[in-house]
Amino acid sequence: MSLFHFFRRGSAPIARERLKILLAHDRMEYSHPDLLGVLREEILAVIGRHVSFEPDNVRIRLGRCKSTSTLAVDIEIPNGCRQSDVIARPNRLTFDGLVNYMSTKNQWVI
Amino acid sequence: MGGVTDELGRVLVVTSGKGGVGKTTSTAALGAALAHDGQKVVVVDFDVGLRNLDLVMGAERRVVFDLINIINGVAKLSQALIRDKRLENLYLLPASQTRDKDALTENGVAKVIEELRTKFDWVICDSPAGIERGATLAMRYADAAVIVTNPEVSSVRDADRIIGLLDSKTVKAERGEHIDKHLLITRYDSSRAARGGMLSIDDVLEILSCPLLGIIPESKEVLLASNVGSPVTLNNAMSAPARAYFDAAHRLKGKDIPIVVPTGSRGFLKTLFGRKAA
Repeated sequence: MSLFHFFRRGSAPIARERLKILLAHDRMEYSHPDLLGVLREEILAVIGRHVSFEPDNVRIRLGRCKSTSTLAVDIEIPNGCRQSDVIARPNRLTFDGLVNYMSTKNQWVI
Repeated sequence: MGGVTDELGRVLVVTSGKGGVGKTTSTAALGAALAHDGQKVVVVDFDVGLRNLDLVMGAERRVVFDLINIINGVAKLSQALIRDKRLENLYLLPASQTRDKDALTENGVAKVIEELRTKFDWVICDSPAGIERGATLAMRYADAAVIVTNPEVSSVRDADRIIGLLDSKTVKAERGEHIDKHLLITRYDSSRAARGGMLSIDDVLEILSCPLLGIIPESKEVLLASNVGSPVTLNNAMSAPARAYFDAAHRLKGKDIPIVVPTGSRGFLKTLFGRKAA
């Protein structure tokens, strides 16, 4: 070991980690460009089996954070539904940045 | 032209996504290296409107007709091909400097490539930067690709994008066939990589998951060669980048030559401590 080794770390590890995260997102988008459209259709089909709502009153957003992405689903339920049918707050699903997505602790708020 | 073989030539695209990483330098160097080894080679400039391969090859004053002229039927292929003055097996098909990239048509490019395949062992297409028409047509009919990247974040990201396009937008990929992909890492500075100031070869290979064709060390010989209009493999065949390109050309022909990570010149600290590069 010489003094030289103390200076070896450098910025390359940072570059490598940034690239890995970025490319995971990039590859997902290229391979599945209409991901949001597909998610919207399938999520609404599932929810529509249990609750009635206007498809126009649905907003789905894919957000990107440093190491994860978020999928926000905001569904407006018309008045006149039974109280227990009402989804009062937007529900969030985390998106792990690759292919799989899973629901978090956030449950339907009734 | 003579030397026509029964077998069709191999179409190779040199591409990168990002500009300025060394596509044209690598096209010229690999083309000259293959021609030097007796292969019949044509290098084709696809950078319509911004042609530079003629300049790097030192043939800029001999351009009469170009790729667009052939596609439009203004000239025959034999009228547009420029024979290299140093190597009789090496030809250049220049791009048009005055037209825009929309002048390239898919059918037109297909016909030119098919004709070149019958006349040459290697048809090396120098892609423009970006992912638009010129770049997608340069790769469209390729059998194999050389993806040029620097050990630097933006060029690695763009290389990843290009690899995705090679696997989806080429004729071979659409037929469900495999397109051979080769990664060429250029401007590699071993002393910076050793200090952790530059992505290492392993980093780039891990991120891109693409077989390595070669590592071209950063060298003043590359600029020197382009200044005088000569592929680096002809201008100074014993220089470090030229030897790396010759090895890469041999690998393209299927020879199994081990890849050695360049150790480069010794830095001040290493010289001081009398150590060899890692």
